[in-house]
Amino acid sequence: MLRKLFIAGVVVAAAAQPLLAADAGDPQADFKAFRKYFTERFPKVPLNDFVNGPYSMDEGLRKQWKAIDAFPPYEFAVEQGKQMFATPFKNGKTYGDCFPNKGIGIRQNYPTFDAKSGQVITLDVALNQCREANGEKPLDYSKDDMAALTAYMAFTSRGKPFDIKIPNDPRALAAYENGKRYFYTRRGQLNFSCASCHVQSAGDHIRTEVLAPALGIMNAMPIYRSAWGGMGTTSRRLRTCNSQVRGVPLDAEDENYRDVEYFLSYMANGLPISGPGARP
Amino acid sequence: MAGTIRVRAVASGDSTEVQSLIRHPMDSGFVKDSKGEIIPAHHIEVVQFEHGGKTVFTALWGPAVSKDPYLKFSFKGGKKGDDLKVSWVDNKGASDSLVARIG
Amino acid sequence: MNECDDAPDAGRRMILQGAAAGGLAAVAFGAFPWPAYADADAKEWPADAFKQKSEADTLKALYGKSAEPSDKISLDAPEIAENGAVVPIGVSSTLPKVTGIALLVLENPNVLAAAYKIPDGTEASVSNRLKMAKTSKVVAVVESGGKLYSASKEVKVTVGGCGG
Repeated sequence: MLRKLFIAGVVVAAAAQPLLAADAGDPQADFKAFRKYFTERFPKVPLNDFVNGPYSMDEGLRKQWKAIDAFPPYEFAVEQGKQMFATPFKNGKTYGDCFPNKGIGIRQNYPTFDAKSGQVITLDVALNQCREANGEKPLDYSKDDMAALTAYMAFTSRGKPFDIKIPNDPRALAAYENGKRYFYTRRGQLNFSCASCHVQSAGDHIRTEVLAPALGIMNAMPIYRSAWGGMGTTSRRLRTCNSQVRGVPLDAEDENYRDVEYFLSYMANGLPISGPGARP
Repeated sequence: MAGTIRVRAVASGDSTEVQSLIRHPMDSGFVKDSKGEIIPAHHIEVVQFEHGGKTVFTALWGPAVSKDPYLKFSFKGGKKGDDLKVSWVDNKGASDSLVARIG
Repeated sequence: MNECDDAPDAGRRMILQGAAAGGLAAVAFGAFPWPAYADADAKEWPADAFKQKSEADTLKALYGKSAEPSDKISLDAPEIAENGAVVPIGVSSTLPKVTGIALLVLENPNVLAAAYKIPDGTEASVSNRLKMAKTSKVVAVVESGGKLYSASKEVKVTVGGCGG
């Protein structure tokens, strides 16, 4: 019951519930602690603004972002995604046939836990499952076509609050816990965890770049990075994160990546989808 | 190179604000590809905006203009429903054009 | 480059694009016989000016004169660029009879980034996005009443944007 309330995004109501012990295996307690940390550390940042990453933290960056977002270069990717989404497969079916509401405005429900396979399914994976079910080859999880498709799906879901569910299934909880473990584990030559940058150092500068807060970081995916000069998938961003701490990137949509996306998206429940985002 | 031009032109009073975005790599000529070979400069040279048979704005661009270049300017005399023609040509002779409508 | 002077091709393209943009408006454009418009012409591009390595040489090649500082030019550029590949920069001026605006990035391999022709009736204002290889002074030059005026601002860049 608690979880239901909470997943509906009734943050205030959830906060009024008796506090639960923040021990392992309690996503709801994690959620509260995570949100408390960010809102107390950045009291001036409106809750829904965390989804804008570095732009919620730095006025100079925000101004440039606003200037670029007036006519964002990612429009081309969104348009390409829209076209791909509408183009039927060889069998006449479309992506829309694989999803609730024909795939429009549903990005906030991913990742989702699939009871059949016992795995976390991200939107990207769901899209490839849809392709394969219709006799098409899967798309590369790191490349532009997948980025364009997910950009379009995010675009149709803008403003909708993340609604990630952890069903009452030990495998779902295990996936969540694995994602959380991955997020807090140090790796790479720099010996940084995801949290080192995006929790402890969120809002700090690395050279001129500002580290995005982990809260709401998935809401902006996929992202158009000026550094890439293009739209990139969540997988591509996670792989880049690993490289940036001089670690070895995992395969795109590796179980660990899917689980960490599950964890981070759950932490952002109730916060609006802002993707496709633009980032330096 | 069809469909490379996006235009938003909005009339307000006697002034029309034009924003455009053009899909183009704008390769600077200073970057190497994954094989270590220089990607030759490939950039738009001229963008022209015409309204009522008159050129209202001309951009002359070098390779230091960002990929998928953006432009904003304003001119007088445009009305809602008028046509605005945008055309560009690059250093390889490729070109595109579009007739947009002022909103 | 001959392609761009190829009138039939240009005409066909215009019709297709026009149709896509919501009707054959160009054809229906009252007083002007079809085709009413010319395309952008590569011959207008000042190749020599885009090769120059200094502000003075660039202005000489582009306008045949040098500029004096003016406080009637507003140069809107970030103090710290979020990424040198995409630096939003705007210029506007209250100077009279403005006919041209140019943007120079002094530390780029070639100094001239963009030059704009401002016909009568067009406002002396332009916004664009430029690449910056490194921290550099950005100079906005405005041609007004046959004279050149300039304003500049230092923009810090640590993630260079000499990239594509």
